[in-house]
Amino acid sequence: MIGGLFIYNHKGEVLISRVYRDDIGRNAVDAFRVNVIHARQQVRSPVTNIARTSFFHVKRSNIWLAAVTKQNVNAAMVFEFLYKMCDVMTAYFGKISEENIKNNFVLIYELLDEILDFGYPQNSETGALKTFITQQGIKGQCQTKEEQSQITSQVTGQIGWRREGIKYRRNELFLDVLESVNLLMSPQGQVLSAHVSGRVVMKSYLSGMPECKFGMNDKIVIDKQGKGGASDDAGKSGKQSIAIDDCTFHQCVRLSKFDSERSISFIPPDGEYELMRYRTTKDIILPFRVIPLVREVGRTKLEVKVVIKSNFKPSLLAQKIEVRIPTPLNTSGVQVICMKGKAKYKASENAIVWKIKRMAGMKESQISAEIELLPTNDKKKWARPPISMNFEVPFAPSGLKVRYLKVFESKLNYSDHDVIKWVRYIGRSGIYETRC
Amino acid sequence: MTDSKYFTTTKKGEIFELKAELNSDKKEKKKEAVKKVIASMTVGKDVSALFPDVVNCMQTDNLELKKLVYLYLMNYAKSQPDMAIMAVNTFVKDCEDPNPLIRALAVRTMGCIRVDKITEYLCEPLRKCLKDEDPYVRKTAAVCVAKLHDINAQLVEDQGFLDTLKDLISDSNPMVVANAVAALSEIAESHPNSNLLDLNPQTINKLLTALNECTEWGQIFILDCLANYTPRDDRESQSICERVTPRLSHANSAVVLSAVKVLMKFMEMLPKDLDYYGTLLKKLAPPLVTLLSAEPELQYVALRNINLIVQRRPEILKHEMKVFFVKYNDPIYVKLEKLDIMIRLASQANIAQVLAELKEYATEVDVDFVRKAVRAIGRCAIKVEQSAERCVSTLLDLIQTKVNYVVQEAIVVIKDIFRKYPNKYESVIATLCENLDSLDEPEARAAMIWIVGEYAERIDNADELLESFLEGFHDESTQVQLQLLTAIVKLFLKKPTETQELVQQVLSLATQDSDNPDLRDRGYIYWRLLSTDPVAAKEVVLAEKPLISEETDLIEPTLLEELICHIGTLASVYHKPPSAFVEGSRGVQHKRLPGSAGSGESVESPDTGSAAGVPDAPPAVIPSQGDLLGDLLNLDLTPPATSGPPPPATSGLQLGAMDLLGGGLDSLMGDESEPPPIPLRTDTPQSPQIPHHSPSPTDYSPTELGGDLGGGSAMGAGFGAPPAATAAPFSAPVSGGLDDLFDLGGGVGMPMGAYSPPKTVWLPAMKGKGLEISGTFARRGGVIQMEMTLTNKAMSVMTDFAIQFNRNSFGLAPAGPLQVLTPLSPNQSIEVSLPLSTVGPVMKMDPLNNLQVAVKNNIDVFYFSCQYPISMLFVEDGKMERQVFLATWKDIPNDNEAQFQIKDCHLSSDAASSKLQGSNIFTIAKRTVDGQDMLYQSVKLSNGIWVLAELRVQTGNPIFTVCLKCRAPEVSQCVFQSYEAVLKN
Repeated sequence: MIGGLFIYNHKGEVLISRVYRDDIGRNAVDAFRVNVIHARQQVRSPVTNIARTSFFHVKRSNIWLAAVTKQNVNAAMVFEFLYKMCDVMTAYFGKISEENIKNNFVLIYELLDEILDFGYPQNSETGALKTFITQQGIKGQCQTKEEQSQITSQVTGQIGWRREGIKYRRNELFLDVLESVNLLMSPQGQVLSAHVSGRVVMKSYLSGMPECKFGMNDKIVIDKQGKGGASDDAGKSGKQSIAIDDCTFHQCVRLSKFDSERSISFIPPDGEYELMRYRTTKDIILPFRVIPLVREVGRTKLEVKVVIKSNFKPSLLAQKIEVRIPTPLNTSGVQVICMKGKAKYKASENAIVWKIKRMAGMKESQISAEIELLPTNDKKKWARPPISMNFEVPFAPSGLKVRYLKVFESKLNYSDHDVIKWVRYIGRSGIYETRC
Repeated sequence: MTDSKYFTTTKKGEIFELKAELNSDKKEKKKEAVKKVIASMTVGKDVSALFPDVVNCMQTDNLELKKLVYLYLMNYAKSQPDMAIMAVNTFVKDCEDPNPLIRALAVRTMGCIRVDKITEYLCEPLRKCLKDEDPYVRKTAAVCVAKLHDINAQLVEDQGFLDTLKDLISDSNPMVVANAVAALSEIAESHPNSNLLDLNPQTINKLLTALNECTEWGQIFILDCLANYTPRDDRESQSICERVTPRLSHANSAVVLSAVKVLMKFMEMLPKDLDYYGTLLKKLAPPLVTLLSAEPELQYVALRNINLIVQRRPEILKHEMKVFFVKYNDPIYVKLEKLDIMIRLASQANIAQVLAELKEYATEVDVDFVRKAVRAIGRCAIKVEQSAERCVSTLLDLIQTKVNYVVQEAIVVIKDIFRKYPNKYESVIATLCENLDSLDEPEARAAMIWIVGEYAERIDNADELLESFLEGFHDESTQVQLQLLTAIVKLFLKKPTETQELVQQVLSLATQDSDNPDLRDRGYIYWRLLSTDPVAAKEVVLAEKPLISEETDLIEPTLLEELICHIGTLASVYHKPPSAFVEGSRGVQHKRLPGSAGSGESVESPDTGSAAGVPDAPPAVIPSQGDLLGDLLNLDLTPPATSGPPPPATSGLQLGAMDLLGGGLDSLMGDESEPPPIPLRTDTPQSPQIPHHSPSPTDYSPTELGGDLGGGSAMGAGFGAPPAATAAPFSAPVSGGLDDLFDLGGGVGMPMGAYSPPKTVWLPAMKGKGLEISGTFARRGGVIQMEMTLTNKAMSVMTDFAIQFNRNSFGLAPAGPLQVLTPLSPNQSIEVSLPLSTVGPVMKMDPLNNLQVAVKNNIDVFYFSCQYPISMLFVEDGKMERQVFLATWKDIPNDNEAQFQIKDCHLSSDAASSKLQGSNIFTIAKRTVDGQDMLYQSVKLSNGIWVLAELRVQTGNPIFTVCLKCRAPEVSQCVFQSYEAVLKN
């Protein structure tokens, strides 16, 4: 299991060091600094073995988190734990920075003592942790016995993510379907790979211990219902349903029930959390198409023309559109003409950045640029990085639709109808690249 | 208020000030001071001097302060054990506190204080906490048992905590169950043989129930524990799989991977024709793909594991090629891993896409990545025949870029393509030759030279090209030198008229001016071959080469199986067994996949290495009885004596020729008329009773030798091992050249042969009434010799010598009378060599290699006992087929494994290998992991017992590790002694 956990700043100075196992000594702290943080070369692996000691590290801005072990630990678990550790810290004091870590080092030690015991990760749900570890010192003195046992039963209990006795005057929930659409396209416009990775984020402000059931236009569910129900409906609904390649759920979802009935039922944590993640690859609506044209005129000039076409309902508006056209390292000057939006050559980023605030569906826009190059005798060819794009659209490119989210709370007297529900769809670009 | 100020105290006298503050009356000031102490501790300053002052702050009702003090205690208690005792009372008191959080805190912290005296006090509170009413305390106490076990294992057993821990598996709270499982698993790991984690269907059921309810981490502990269970039958296996599959939808990647591990393992037991088997295969793909949208570090872990899964069950991901396409912004470690998997998944169906991608990658920036991409193109060509042409043209395009490392990499892979598809793509040679000057890496140079030599007849200026390399011959690396030598010899055989001078030059460079034994050996062999029989030389050197295999970099099947059992863990990331990077006893147990339930499916079953497609040779050589005595008594003891000594020529020739001549030796040996059968001559003139035995041509049947050689070169083992022929030189009456050749080989190489210890006195003159016998044992030409020096230290003449052996472990017996023909006068010595056979009566001796001897002369009968090195019994045909070796290694139970260390041995692995080979310890394969060479070796004793060995050699480390596996573990100790003797001699 995890033998020790260290946090360093960008210079390699230790901010936090907590050792859990006897086989990890202080020299491990230095070994990581010397061999990884101060290493001359780029990090070639997130797992490093130095003198039979294994170091797992992740980096958040310029802070290094390293877990150390001498055993054959579950590597996936260690990384998941490090990410979780980052989440917990962010939930407590915001951005992970040297300043914040130094300001909260007592709190961090306290957290590390609680969520990692002898190197075994323990309950690390912020909801539960915040009930007894707080920034204003520990509660505990003023707790009644009932409160104490409530804390411990929540920390260890089956529903570790929610405490009892939550009350809201207004029962309300918000669902955000957030998708990022990823594309890799060949210069000829052939889709090399495309997938949507989506998340359903829920903000729940519900009283009591509500039992929820979430439904979406999952092909498997719709087909199953189609078989049982009226046949005329099947054709219609089949078109609207989507094939989900795979999905994963927050630990509140009953997985065995999903496995057997494909129904998503759960008791939600309070506040914001990620209910599920999913991935689709079929029938993706690609909101934009990029058509590049790069021509080399002699050795010292490049002509670039890029057309973007929006491909969705004309009534919808895409926002925050940004096209990034890479330029060679030996660029000396760039002239740009674009029909819409603003375009600028950014020498420090070796790219022309073209920004458009808004663009409706089924429209087209174009940019052309002349790039002048310094003559070089560098034999190495320019790698021609792909043209990348960023945007945000108000629909789900996968075609996912929320069908229902039912809330049942038998003990309290509110019903599904009393809950105010909001649903929003946002499609963003993930890695959206066209090779040129 | 911020805490960062505590980090900034650097002034002198700080400790003093802190001391004062710690003893202050004001609570706030105390707390501030403790925070400062902790901050200093974090930075690495030594604040242990403040121990008593900090401990004084412990008795407080302020929980925050208490936690800080505990933190300090955990760090420094070990350095101040006596003072740490002061804290005990507070701990014991806290364990009784009404607040469960404080009880848990106390028991958690106490377990982290590694001071013996404290652990004694810990037992009582721990016992209470294990039965605490609050689950939070119980789950903390469960982990505490593991902590205590780490400090004092005996104490834990004596106190009966293990039983309490086992009871917690049935606890009502899932988190308690999970922690108990984690603790038990860890303890069980350090007791490999204890049946601590007594997994039976009932406990498994409990675990599966808890699985649905506990935290994500708890699920991981339980799944990892489940993976150690072996279901009784396929039905149980299926039902567990069914209950584990829902975990594949968990958001935590570690839960998913651990579930995959359980499924991959239990799947082995399912019959392949079962519907459920197919369903399960289909269910595995999506979660594995989803792992690739996790954060990059997890992607890396996932990809390393997918690499294993794809090797074991390629069908799972065969349609998912696209997800492994590299993204421009992927970290380099993700890119490299994706590339690996792309090659593994490449097939005729997707090759066009893959090639287009690879070509794209070859223009990227990162040098390693580009190289790997180029290499991948070559591998695609070899793997998918239909694509070869396209691959070659892609590679040519890349060569045109003139980017130095791209060109070099391309040439290396084109060489392999030529090997795979001979006489197909030679038209590109001209393009390759244009780039000759830009090659500066040995591998690329060697590849280019190979190409020039192989196709010398089609390259007009081949001689000029090769000559240009020859100028700096001594500055080249060995790889290039060897290749250059062979290439020029090839050239000479193809165009003898113009290149005589060139070949002379290279032969003299390789033989006379080089100190590299491999190079010299090869040079001499060519020289002799060319000078004695050019026709044979042609057949040897220009022989058709065996095809190269499609898949490379495959992990050995046994290792792969073990790694599959470790999915998700570090072992699967490093692709090494845990024993390779974990110290101590932990994790050294080798895990195995369970056997398949479907009976007739040998192709799929793990026992047959599916990799090479070599038919599964039954490990029949190994007797099934585990009992040594039984083995010794029952085994057939006949082979060596009845058929004469096994021809040592086999091993000698094999060694010299193996890599060098490749398959060429086939034709050499097949053509019996050219070099006649080589009669064997043992160089022991005093052994007339052993019939001089010329092996008939059938003994040298080409198939047998060819097979041996093919196997040898395919696995690339024993490259250039020097001939072990000195002990048995050959005299070839017709072509005497070969004799010289091997003499030469021995002369310039190293004097090798079975190791024979120096003579020791067996019978002192005092006991022998004036007769002193000193002696040793040697193995020459497959015959065990007992070599004695008889000295007459008495006053009278001795005559009528005779010798007899008592029954002994290996049936050693004199093969003839003791040849002392002339009477032994006073103060005279005589050297006698007595050949021994191994067909005598058998009785187990202690020590095993003890031999009781009786010697008679005209004066009296004398008895003495001596010990022979067991290496005398290692027979010449002890080289096991690689496949058989793998199967046997696996087959022998782990309990029979013995590990030894040889200290102060300053040999390289190659030198060690050749030294051992001289004593008939044969290296079958070699693997290099992290600078550590692993030699896999086999030994066969004269009574047919096989001993398998793994010799680990770390460069620069004088300590070798030998791991021996044998059906009869009793011999291990003796074999090890031989190892040591041979290596140190």
